[in-house]
Order: sequence, then C-alpha cells, then structure tokens
Amino acid sequence: MEGAELAGKILSTWLTLVLGFILLPSVFGVSLGISEIYMKILVKTLEWATIRIEKGAPKESTLKNSASVGIIQRDESPMEKGLSGLRGRDFELSDVFYFSKKGLEAIVEDEVTQRFSSEELVSWNLLTRTNVNFHYISLRLTMVWVLGVIVRYCVLLPLRVTLAFIGISLLVIGTTLVGQLPDSSLKNWLSELVHLTCCRICVRALSGTIHYHNKQHRPQKGGICVANHTSPIDVLILTTDGCYAMVGQVHGGLMGIIQRAMVKACPHVWFERSEMKDRHLVTKRLKEHIADKKKLPILIFPEGTCINNTSVMMFKKGSFEIGGTIHPVAIKYNPQFGDAFWNSSKYNMVSYLLRMMTSWAIVCDVWYMPPMTREVGEDAVQFANRVKSAIATQGGLTELPWDGGLKRAKVKDTFKEEQQKNYSKMIAGNGSLN
Amino acid sequence: MGSRSSHAAVIPDVDSIRRETGFSQASLVRLHHRFQALDRNKKGYLSRMDLQQIGALAVNPLGDRIIESFFPNGSQRVDFPGFVRVLAHFRPVEDEDTDQDPKKPEPLNSRRNKLHYAFQLYDLDRDGKISRHEMLQVLRLMVGVQVTEEQLENIADRTVQEADEDGDGAVSFLEFTKSLEKMDVEQKMSIRILK
Repeated sequence: MEGAELAGKILSTWLTLVLGFILLPSVFGVSLGISEIYMKILVKTLEWATIRIEKGAPKESTLKNSASVGIIQRDESPMEKGLSGLRGRDFELSDVFYFSKKGLEAIVEDEVTQRFSSEELVSWNLLTRTNVNFHYISLRLTMVWVLGVIVRYCVLLPLRVTLAFIGISLLVIGTTLVGQLPDSSLKNWLSELVHLTCCRICVRALSGTIHYHNKQHRPQKGGICVANHTSPIDVLILTTDGCYAMVGQVHGGLMGIIQRAMVKACPHVWFERSEMKDRHLVTKRLKEHIADKKKLPILIFPEGTCINNTSVMMFKKGSFEIGGTIHPVAIKYNPQFGDAFWNSSKYNMVSYLLRMMTSWAIVCDVWYMPPMTREVGEDAVQFANRVKSAIATQGGLTELPWDGGLKRAKVKDTFKEEQQKNYSKMIAGNGSLN
Repeated sequence: MGSRSSHAAVIPDVDSIRRETGFSQASLVRLHHRFQALDRNKKGYLSRMDLQQIGALAVNPLGDRIIESFFPNGSQRVDFPGFVRVLAHFRPVEDEDTDQDPKKPEPLNSRRNKLHYAFQLYDLDRDGKISRHEMLQVLRLMVGVQVTEEQLENIADRTVQEADEDGDGAVSFLEFTKSLEKMDVEQKMSIRILK
C-alpha cells in the first residue's frame, strides 16, 4: 500500500538522521554544533521579542520589579524594638499590635510559599505558560509566537520524545547487558560508557545546554555530592558529566524498571519505602558505601524536595552525619528558555516531562565547588548550613532557613517555641522556666 | 492572545469590595493573586489549614488567634471578600479617609476599627469584654511553656486592673481604647502595599 510505504520511508529516514546526527556523537561525547546554532537563533529571536515588548508596553505597567521585590513595605525591626510601648518591657495590651502586624504581613506575603511556584519572568519568552502578565503587543509578535508553537509542538516534541524513548531503552538494555559481566574494571568502564551515553541522549532530548564550571572540583570517588534540588532533571544534568551512585526510594512502574536495571551495572543505593524511615539503617548503608573508595560518589539532594530555583532551603542534616568529604554543587537554571521547576502538587511526572519537552530549551549552569569536611566542634546542623550558604552564594540564590517539607507539612513546634521564648524573656525576665 | 492584564475582571464584586475596604484596584489584584496562591486546592475559599501552612504565621505566638479572626461567627471558610475585609483593618490611614462623609459607615482602617481588631484577638468568647481568664489564656498562647502559671497570673491581674475602670474585673472595649489612647495605633497596625 502506498501510504504505508511512504510512512515507512519517512520513518526510516527520520531514524537514520536521528542516529547519525545525535546518537552516534553522544556515544563519543562529541557535539556537532547543531544545538549551538539552535540556541543562537533562539537567543536572537527572544531578544527581538523583548525589544518589541518593551517598545509596545505602556509606561505605567513595566514589570521590572515584580519578580524580586515584595509587595508590602516591611519593617524588619527586631521584636524588642517593635514591642516598645508606653512603658518599657513589661507586658502590655499593645503588644498584640506587633504580633498581629507580623502575622498579617505573613498572610499577605511570605518567603516560603512563593518558592513553590515558578519564578516570574521579567520579560516574556514566547511561551504560553509564562504569559501571565503580558499583553497583546503587535501582530508580528503574535505571528512569531504562533510559529514558535508550531516549531515546539510539531518539530521539537516528536524529536525529543523519540530521543527520550531511545535513551531510556538503551539505558535499560545497556545496563542489563553490562550487568551480566563479572565484576572487573572492564565492567566499570562499560557501565560508565552506557550511563554517560544515555544521559547525553536524554539531555539532548530536552535540548539541554549545560555549562560546567570548575571541572577540577568534580566529585571524587568515595565522596558525597550535594546539590540544590529543582527538578528530577538535576540528576540527568549531573550524571552527564560523571557517574554517581544514586540514593533513593524504590519506585514502581517505569522508574522501578530503570532503577533495577541500573543497579545491575553499578552499585546504586536504593531503599524500600519502609527502610527509608529507619534513619540508622540509611546512614549505615551510606557509610558502608563511601568507605569503599572504589565506589562512585553518592549523589544526595539534602533539601528533600523540589524548590523553584530562586532560593535554597534548609538542608536536612542526615546527609551530613555520614562523614566523608562533601562535594557541593550549585545548579542554576536560566528561566528564560524554559522553566525547569517541578511543582509536584500541580503537575505529575508525565505532564512535567511534556512541559519540559515543549519548552525552548533547558539552559543551566553547574558550579563544582571545592570539597568541604566537617570541622572539629561543628555539629551536623551547622555543617549543613555552612554548605548551604556556600551553594547559595555560588549559584546566586537566596538562602532560607525554612524546611522544604513545609509545602506538605506544618511547621515544627520548635520554631514557635523559639519565638515564645524570646517574648517570655522580655515580659517575665528572670522568672522563665529555663 | 488577548490582553490578560485586567485581572480585576476576574474578581467578583470588585467594586463593592473596593468601596467597603478602600483598597485600590491594583492592591486588590495583588491580594487576589495571593488569595489564589494560598488556596492550594483551588477551592475558591480558604480554610484554617491553608492559613496554618504559612510558616511565618505558624511560628507567630498569636498565629492561632489571627487565623481565628478570619472565621467570624463559627464559619469554616473565608472567601475573598472576607479575606480582604480583615486585611483592610491594616490599611494605612490616608488623608482621604479622614475627611469622610459622617453619614458613610466608618472605614475599616479607622483607629477605632484597628483597636477593635486588636481587642478581638483577646476577646475569646466575643462577649465584648476581656475577662481575666481570657487574658490569661491569650498570654499562655504567647509564651507557651516558658513562664510559670503564677507569674502569668500576676501579669494578667496587673494588666486587667490597670485598664479596668468600672471595677467589673474585665476590660471592655471602651476601657481598652482608653488605656491605649496615647499609642500610635495607626502606625503600629498598618501594612503598606507597594504599587
């Protein structure tokens, strides 16, 4: 039948092109420069679009500040100054003013809630999903946007889905095959090759452009690599430049298949859900892993959840109690080309991946940082905070002391107790119970 | 691809809310945005739990009382007008508010209404009086377990005695207002929304 023949021919040419231009170079880690050309065209187009928007936007509604400045004027004076009333430091009826004002300020705007939604862009990047604040400007801009939609959904999406499919299948098949070999340096070399190739293919499946800085500080064997978490793609981005042993829960479904296959070729640390709750067990297994200097560095995301890449939240101290050398890594995405943040309450994994594959590109910077170890007299929490500050400074992110788990759970009572303690000291002086 | 800037069209009854609260259109748009961000499950209203999830509010010693102030009359939900009505108490006092038509109802951010909001944070059973017992309970909320019962009772007794003028052992709204007449309430209970 003619139709079927034609379809067959198209498919085979398509696959040969993909094979030739993308898959083979991935094996050797070579780039043909196609993505660079794509990025250049993209950047030029977006710059043009920005200029048109700025020309067209009426003067009053420039949104330059909405992304970073708060919406209310804050008075950050400490509790004592804010509570100074008519008489000094004893309790007064008016103390309630300070607390109610702080409370209402938090209701109008708080630093945490805004971290769990995507960053607002200063200028539009021709994606429908970021078109929250932007108006209709001109016919030409709309035409470019329509063209963009066509390109993204009809050209890029099929290509990316094909690549992703190939990448994942190769990963599963490859690692299973390599897993059959007996333990040897050949096996390790092959498993690295398979991992790297498949990761590169998957990164191209997202049109990812990654800049690695300070490669000399790349995490070494026997260490722990620690990074800020924005999305599951973080893993992909880091493993494209080196192999890591991953830590995580065993999932079902597709993820489970991938996990089981990967662990055959290379010792990752997967836990059953029930085991995750037992902190001692987790710490013990991780300690055993890093004690073996020949094993790959462990990759851990101490925030425990995805944050929107404008700030770094509390690092859970568990990872910092294991000992060993910590290699911090800062990852910063460029939101202009695509929003990498996974808002797990809004999108499930599949819609998230679809969104990723219909963005322009994923552009990010990865900074490897010099290794850090726990100093004498420093406890795990202080160490965690030190590493967190280093990562935040390097990546240009703000630092927040809050726990990322706040998006699902309530704040711990210990934080409230601290505020209560401060207040009690003021009004009750030396009579307080500590 | 039309204009999406007129968010005000999305807010139901925006004009009556504007008249009642005195917020500008732009402020209402921002507050509506915030309301929607807090309404995680897109229910159209906020429950106590939505407010409890705000970290900075949960650690506030008066957090529970503030959350309660959004749910008057035992309701379990607060819609956008109700939300803004409470926030309107904290609107800074501007000049156009002071030369008001005496026939119009008092604006929500008047000194008296700000004081009334603060009064209600103490008045647990909403009977118009702060009894010694209520004062003790609110103080307990604010200090947690850090202060002994005896000390707290002393503080509560002193405070009620100082404010109580008619000797009924409780602080009425009038007495509350009188004891705070020298306080710059307008400044202490104002949150300025940036344009």
